[in-house]
Amino acid sequence: MDLLTNLALGFSIALSPWTLLLAIIGCFVGTIIGALPGLGPSNGVALLIPISFSMGLDAISALVMLTSVYYGAMYGGRISSILLNIPGDEPAMMTCLDGYPMAKQGYASDALVISGVASFVGAFLATIGLMLMAPMLARVAFKFGPAEYFALYMLAFCTLGGIGSNNQAKSAIAAAIGLGIAMVGLDKTTGMPRFTFGELHLMDGVDFLVAIVGLFAVAEVFHFIETHGRDSAIGVKLGKITVDWAKLWSTRWAMLRGSGIGFLAGILPGAGASLGSFLAYMAEKATAKDKETFGTGNPRGVAAPEAGNNAAAGGALIPMLTLGVPGSGTTAVLLALLLTLNITPGPLLFSERPEVVWGLIAALLIANFVLLVMNVPMVKVFVKILQVPSWILLPGVTMVAFVGIFSLTGSAFDMQLMVAFGVMGWVFRKLDIPTVPVILGILLGNSMEDNLRRAMVLSDGDWTYLFSSPIAIGLWLAAVLGFVAPIFLRTVLKKPTLPVTDDLTSD
Amino acid sequence: MHADRIFGLFMMVLALGYILSAMGIQTSFMSDPVGPRVFPYLVAGVVMLCSLSLILRPDPNADWPRGVMLAKMAFSVVLLVAYALMIRPLGFILPTVIVAGLLSYQINPRPVPAALSGLGLGIGLYVLFKVILGLGLKGLPPALMG
Repeated sequence: MDLLTNLALGFSIALSPWTLLLAIIGCFVGTIIGALPGLGPSNGVALLIPISFSMGLDAISALVMLTSVYYGAMYGGRISSILLNIPGDEPAMMTCLDGYPMAKQGYASDALVISGVASFVGAFLATIGLMLMAPMLARVAFKFGPAEYFALYMLAFCTLGGIGSNNQAKSAIAAAIGLGIAMVGLDKTTGMPRFTFGELHLMDGVDFLVAIVGLFAVAEVFHFIETHGRDSAIGVKLGKITVDWAKLWSTRWAMLRGSGIGFLAGILPGAGASLGSFLAYMAEKATAKDKETFGTGNPRGVAAPEAGNNAAAGGALIPMLTLGVPGSGTTAVLLALLLTLNITPGPLLFSERPEVVWGLIAALLIANFVLLVMNVPMVKVFVKILQVPSWILLPGVTMVAFVGIFSLTGSAFDMQLMVAFGVMGWVFRKLDIPTVPVILGILLGNSMEDNLRRAMVLSDGDWTYLFSSPIAIGLWLAAVLGFVAPIFLRTVLKKPTLPVTDDLTSD
Repeated sequence: MHADRIFGLFMMVLALGYILSAMGIQTSFMSDPVGPRVFPYLVAGVVMLCSLSLILRPDPNADWPRGVMLAKMAFSVVLLVAYALMIRPLGFILPTVIVAGLLSYQINPRPVPAALSGLGLGIGLYVLFKVILGLGLKGLPPALMG
C-alpha cells in the first residue's frame, strides 16, 4: 500500500539518531517557549528560524526540529494557563477557564495530566488525519491554475481577517500593508526596481524573517516594558504529579470530540488553533448535561480545548503543505521556514520531494510520544523554568532576536529594520490591528501578484478569467463569506472572560 | 482625536505616496498585459478604502502611554537601534552586556539584578551561540583583536 511505503520512507529518515536528537531538543525548547507567558508558537519559531539556518542544518533536520518546537509550544501553552491563569500562548486561553479553577481547588496535577494527555490525543489524531488527507488534497491541488491560486490567496486573507479581528477594515488594511511591503525590490517579470528609492539594501526586497522576528518577538518586548512586566511566576505551587486514572478516563469523549472539531477548524484557511480550542470548548459545554460546572473546574473543560488546540495545529499543516497557504500565524511562520530552506510547498512537494513530507510526518508522530513523556511525568521541570523572572527573560529574547538576524544577514540595516517592525507591531497591537495578515501579505505577496499576472497572460488581459472555473468561483464565494459572516456571528462567538486571578501566596 | 483616525489619515497619505512612487516604475520591453504597476495600485486602493473606513468609523481609543512611560519606551527603541549599530564594530559581548542590562532595568528598576542579568546574558549567550551552536559571532571588538 502506498501509505505504508511512504511511512516507511519517512521513518527511515526520522529514526536516524541525529534527527531523533533534534526532535527531542525541539520538543524540549518548544514546551519551554509555549509555557513562558509572552512567548508563543509563532514568535518562538520565528526566533529560531534564523538561528537554525545559520547553524547550517539541512532542510529535513531544520524542518523536523522547528515543527517539534511548534508542536511542543502547543503542548506547553497549557502549563501557565493552569498554574498562573495566564495563557502561555493565545490558543491556550480556553484552558484557563477550567484549568485555573482546578489548580485553585488543589487539582493542579490532575489538570496538567489531563491536559497533557488531551494534547497528545489531539495532536496524534491530527497527525494521522494529516497523513491521510494531505495526499488527497495535493491531488486536488494539481487542478489549480493561476486564477485558482489567486482566488485561494484572497480566501486566506479574507478568512484570516474575518476571524482574526473585531474590525474588518483593520484586518484588510493589515493584509494590504503586508502586500505593499512585498512589492519592494526587483520585479521578477521585468527586472525593474520598485519602491527601493535608490537604497541598495532594498533591491532584494524586505526579508520576511526580519519582518516576522520584528513584528512577533521585538514587539512583544515593547509590550512587556509598557505593562511593567508582571512578575508572573510568583506563587506557583505544585505537589507530586499523580495520575487519577478514573478522572482521566471520564474525559475520553471530550478529548475525541475536541480533536475532531479542532482538526476541522485547523484545515480552514485563516482559522487556526485559537478557533479550534474555542469551538471545542464551546461545543463541549453546549452538549454537556452539567453545563453550570464549566468554568468552575470541570476536567472536560480542560480536555476539550487542549485536544482541540493541538488537533488544529496538525490540521493547519494540511493547507500549508499542499497549497502553500497557511491557516494561522504560526503556520505562516512555518511557511517562512520552508521558503528559507528553498522548499516550495504545494502539490509538487508530495510527488517530487516525498522524503521531506513523509520525514516530517514521521517526525511529528515521534515528537508526540516524546512530548507526552515530557509533559506528563516531567512537567515539573517546566514549572521550574516558568519561574525565570521577566527582567532576565525579555532582554534575553531581544538579544536572541538580534543574534538570529545578525548571523543570517550580517547587516546593521536589517537589524534596524527589525526594530522598526517591532515598533510597528507594538503600535498595531495598541490600535487592535492584527499583525498576522501583515506577515501573510509579505510572504504571499509576490506569488499572489505572479499568479495574477500569469492568469492575465493566459487570458490576454481578460479579467473575467479570474472567475471562469467552478473551483475559482467556489473559492471567491468562500472568501466573501469568510470576510462577511464573522460580522454577524460576532455576537454569538463572543469570547468568555477569564477567571479572576487571586493571589495564591496569600493563603 | 481618535487614534484610529490619525492612523487612517497617515495611511491615506502613505497610500497616495505609494501610488505616486508606483507611477514611476519603469517597464521593460518584455512585459506582460498587467505589468509591474497594476498590483501596487490595487493594494494602495485597498489601503485607501480601509483608511477611509477607519477615519469615518474609528474604534474607541486604547490607553496610550504618556509622560515617563512614553520616554521609557522611546529610550528602549533608541537603545535597540544603537545596539544594531554597535554589534559589528564592538563585537557581541560588550554591547550585549550594556543593552541587556539597561533593558532589564527598564522592566525591573533595581540596579544590581539588572547589571547581573546584563553580564550573564552577554557572556551566557555568547557561549551558547558561539561555542555550542557555532554561529559566526565576534566576541570582542574586531579592532582590538587585530
